[in-house]
Formats: sequence, C-alpha cells, structure tokens
Amino acid sequence: MNIVVAIKHIPSIADDLPVKGNNVDFDSVDFVLNEFDEQSIEQAVLVKEAVGGTVTVVGVDVIGELDNVLHLALAKGADKAVKITGDDPAADSHQQAKWLAEAIKGLSPNIVFAGVQASNDLDGQIGPMIAAYLDMPYIGGVSSVEVSDHTATVNKEFAGGFGAKYSVSLPMVVGVQAASKPPRYAPISKVRQVAQMATIEKVAPSGGVSSGLSFKKMAPPVVTGHAEMIGGSSKEVAAKIVELLKSKGLA
Amino acid sequence: MAPKFEKAKAIEKEHVVVDGIDVSGHWNRMFEQRVITEYTPELIEKIADLPNAESFANCYQCAKCVAVCPVDVVGNYGPRKLYRYAQTGMDLTEAPELWLCTTCANCLRVCPKEVNMVKIMPAVREQAILEGKFVPAELQQAFENTAKSGNPLGQPQRKRDAWIQNAGVPIPIIKDLGRPVDVLWYVGSYPSYHPRGIDAASAAARIFTALGIDFAILGKEEKDDADSQRLAGEKGLFEMMTEYNIETFNKYEWKELVVTGPHELNAFKNVYPKYGFERPVVHYTTFLARYLDQLKPLLKHPVNKKITYHDPCYLGRHNGEYEAPRKLLEAIPGVELVEMGRNRENGYCCGGGGGGMWMDSFTAKHTTMRLSEKRAMEAASTGANVLAVACPFEVSRFEDAVKSTGNEHVGVLDILELLDKSMRGE
Repeated sequence: MNIVVAIKHIPSIADDLPVKGNNVDFDSVDFVLNEFDEQSIEQAVLVKEAVGGTVTVVGVDVIGELDNVLHLALAKGADKAVKITGDDPAADSHQQAKWLAEAIKGLSPNIVFAGVQASNDLDGQIGPMIAAYLDMPYIGGVSSVEVSDHTATVNKEFAGGFGAKYSVSLPMVVGVQAASKPPRYAPISKVRQVAQMATIEKVAPSGGVSSGLSFKKMAPPVVTGHAEMIGGSSKEVAAKIVELLKSKGLA
Repeated sequence: MAPKFEKAKAIEKEHVVVDGIDVSGHWNRMFEQRVITEYTPELIEKIADLPNAESFANCYQCAKCVAVCPVDVVGNYGPRKLYRYAQTGMDLTEAPELWLCTTCANCLRVCPKEVNMVKIMPAVREQAILEGKFVPAELQQAFENTAKSGNPLGQPQRKRDAWIQNAGVPIPIIKDLGRPVDVLWYVGSYPSYHPRGIDAASAAARIFTALGIDFAILGKEEKDDADSQRLAGEKGLFEMMTEYNIETFNKYEWKELVVTGPHELNAFKNVYPKYGFERPVVHYTTFLARYLDQLKPLLKHPVNKKITYHDPCYLGRHNGEYEAPRKLLEAIPGVELVEMGRNRENGYCCGGGGGGMWMDSFTAKHTTMRLSEKRAMEAASTGANVLAVACPFEVSRFEDAVKSTGNEHVGVLDILELLDKSMRGE
C-alpha cells in the first residue's frame, strides 16, 4: 500500500497575525504544521500499521524550515519524506495543490491523505484540487479510515452531529478532519535521532497555476462595537431579532 | 478508574478450630503461613531494572511515605502503595498512577530505605513515553509547545520579552548591552508570558532597579529550562533545551544567574552541572535576602495583611531555602506572618511539580480534589488574607484554587509583588 500524506506549513495564528503590505508579514511570524495535517499523518500511520505499506509525507518548503516538520512525521512512523522547494511563503492553495499533485503523481499512491482544511485554506481546497489533478475521487470531513484490499471504509462527518459511512474504491484522496485516534507523541530523543539519520528527498516545484485572485488590502479585523444580549422568552427574542434585521435592511 | 489488577486474596479462614477451641476471627491469620507465592516480583523488577529507578526495589513497606504523600491526602497513593500494586499485578508504565506523582520529595525525606521517587518517576515515565504508552494529552501538548515554541505555554518566542514594555523601568537585554553584568536574570516562561507571572516579573525588575543592581535579561534568547518536562519523563526534550540554554548562558559575561522560579534553580544548579555548566545560580529570595539592609529603607508603605507563606517544593525540600522568603516577608512593615500546619520541610505540594502543572484535568479524574485546592483551604484556615508564594507556577494555581474552594478573600501574591507594593505604596 502506497500511502501519501500532503502537508502544509502555515503561519501560526497562536498570536496576532502581523501584516505587511497586502499580505501576512511572513518574516515576523512562526510557521507551524497545519493542525489537520497532524491528524492526517496519524491516520496514515494507523492505516500502515493495520495493512502494511509505506507512508510518504510530502510538503512545500515555503520558508526553508520544513525539515523539522518532516523529521517529526518520520519519528511518528512515516517512512519517507519529500520536500518541494517552493520557497515562497505567499504560494496560495491553488499553487501548492498543483505542486503537491505533480510531486505525488510519481509516487503512484493508493491513498492520499490531506488535512481537510487549514487556517489559510478555510474552504479546504487543497484536498479536492489534488484529487482533480490526480484524477481521483475525493472525500472530506473524514474522522476514520479503514482499508482492506482495494476499498476504504471511511466515516464522514456532517453538520448537526450526523455521520455517514462510505465505502470507496482506491485510489482516492481523503480530507482528514480527525484521525481515528489522537495523534501520538514522538519523544524528542527519537526526533533528534531521526534528524541525524534521515534523508529528505528534494523535488523542484513543477507547474505554475494561479487562483486568479489578488489581494487589494489585508488588515486585522477592526473592533467596532460590543455584542448586545437580547433577553426574554424565545418568542420575544425572535421578534426582536426580526425587528433588528429589518431595521438594518437585511430582511 | 478502577484498578486493572486484582487485589491479593484474603488469607483468613472463616472458621478455624484449634485444639477444640473456635478461634474464628480476623486475627487467626497468625495460625497459618502467609501465602507469598501469589505475589510476583516481576513488575517490581521491571521498574527497578531501569537506570535511576533501582531504589524502587528497596521498599520494605513501612508506609512512612504514605503519611506524608500530598497525593494520598486527596486520593489513594504513595510510593509504598505503588510497590504493593506492582507486587499484585500493576504495570506502572501503563497505569494512571504513573502520572500522579509531583516529585515533591516529601517521601524521600522520611524514607528509611532511600526509595527515591524523584529519580524513579522520570525514569519510568521516560520508558512509557519511549514505548509509546499512554501520555496525558495536556502533558503531550506542553511537551510539543516546549519543543516548538521554547515554552510550555505555546507562546511565540519573539514575544518573550514583550512584557518589559510595561514594567515601568528600563530592563536591559544583555545582547544589546554589549558589556558584562553582575546579574543575569533568567526570567522564566510563566513570568514572561502569563499575565500574573508578568506582574511578578515587573515587580522584580522594579526592585532590582531600586536596589541599584547591575542586571540584564536574555530577552528573546531565553528559553524554558524544561526541568518539569524532564521530571515528567521527556529527557530528550530537556537535553535539547539544556544544550541551547548552556550555550546561550555562556555567550555572555555575568557573575551570577538569578532565577525567578525554583524549578529553574533546580535545573541550573543541580542538573546542569552534569551537562558541564557549573556557575553560581541563586533564587530571587536568597538573592534579595542578601540586600535586606538596603531593602528595608525602601519598604516605606505598610502592607497590613495577615500572610501565610507556601514553601515551594523545589525551593524548600529540594534546595533547602526556607528562611530567605520568610525574612523578606517579615521585612515588610505591617505584615503579620502566620504558618500553615504543613510548612518548611513538611510543606504541602501545590501539585504543579513533576509535570503536574500540565496535568490538572487528568489528575482531577484520579483525586478527590486538586492539591492546590487542599493547600488553599489550609491557607484559609490560618485566618490569613494573603497566601504568599515564591514560584511562578503557584500564582495561577492558587488563584484558581481559592476561587474553587470559596476562599476568594485570600489573595494570592508573589513575594516580589508584596515587596513592590510596600516599596510603591499601591
């Protein structure tokens, strides 16, 4: 089983996001592994442990610091690490999906995992776009994956607490919401050992695409007012909301 | 959680007749040999075979440790019990009991056999982590934060010295200063990032300045000491941070390293020498106590409070400093110092040591109340209206604890804050 995990190195939003010009000030922000990718690495390793195979982790090295992330993935059970030398922190989801898909193509994957979304890809485009480039089916919002032979059984989450079980034939791309188990801990001694021994394959980015969007302005949200708490019975509250919406020309 | 192992079977017989006399009763065990074959030494040996955990096998079940174990006060715990559990089938590397010890060292103080949980626990925890066994999620998060961000809170490294803007006095960064200093002040993670820690750090900066001390901080170059992460079993993480810290400390010229926290004191003074760093390190209470004569005239404003002082385990038991904090408190005009029942060598643990700082939710599932809550109640019972502390872990722990136990009337303040109040009259 050839298992591939597509990961993203993204600006950390643990802190206020600094802005420079029309984009994030990439020089003064920490980069972290997308949290959904942590889940998808775990899910990939769980599948490998269940049915055998190799896990290859692929990511775009946007700021030249992806090695740490790849070492961590290797320490958690991945077998191979590939970095695409994109070297452009402003590369958008469309561009990264293209680069990732081109790099993944040569790996002839049976199953590709990608985090369902990222804080700089809230509409979750990376997974579906990789699937489109690879001409594979995509299923997102997934919270567990079991593989047997050429079929995967996945649990997909829907809004309102609903879920559904799908049986999908491989190959396919899975957008992971959560792994079936919480991500394991990789002891630092192991990570450091891996960092000394491991080789990371470098791949040049291939294929230029654009989302067609351009930034006019980027700024932190402005705080303008406070929330108003509406009291009373549910009917009274509803009436007040309708009144408010009407008064603002929204209904 | 119910224990996964079975308790030893009772060896009493319901009815025993000896020489025609019915001697049924619990004391009839003396008429029968104790069954020792139902115990297995394997799980004890499994622990004692680990480097640094050898003393686990020394236990001869006297139970002096259980009487002083802070976790037993709010649960069912203690080194002697762990030994007994292992004897009757508990694998400590997989049991929740592995994560409850705070390495407070009160058991070691009374143990006639020198069973050293301060060494045993980190060794067994390390083994469990390396084997991929269960690690409490909150602790895992703190480990990952420390590795990624250089502090367990997960705050950005470049914001480590952001607090100095509002300290009210200039705080020199040693890199910018470009000259040797007398004192390199290691601020610590919680005083750098936690809002209440920043209050103490700012107070310290004002006190050092008022005393005319030639000091500087590392600023953005400072990273966590990771001593509690080591005690929680992440030795690799500790070593990574230690290599960085020693290199950073040695980059600059200074005479003495002053630390805000007892855990940092323990790391730099007691553990770093093994990694080649042997330089003078002192906790701020010990350091300031040297300046009492200069400090007293600065303490102009009375602080009319009844204060009880909590001995941090890593300042007191681990490093023997009991008097300096008390001298500092007594130097403040208006202060009435009262002691809690458990003080000095027998001080009760706040629950934050040995990684406990990052396992509160986990620990809560295995104890009847938090150690910090027990201690907050003890503080309130003295009639004190201020609980004074000298460890950056404690302010947030005890502030939560006084609230959750209905003792909001007890304020929680670092000694630095109390000195600063008296200095500035606020």
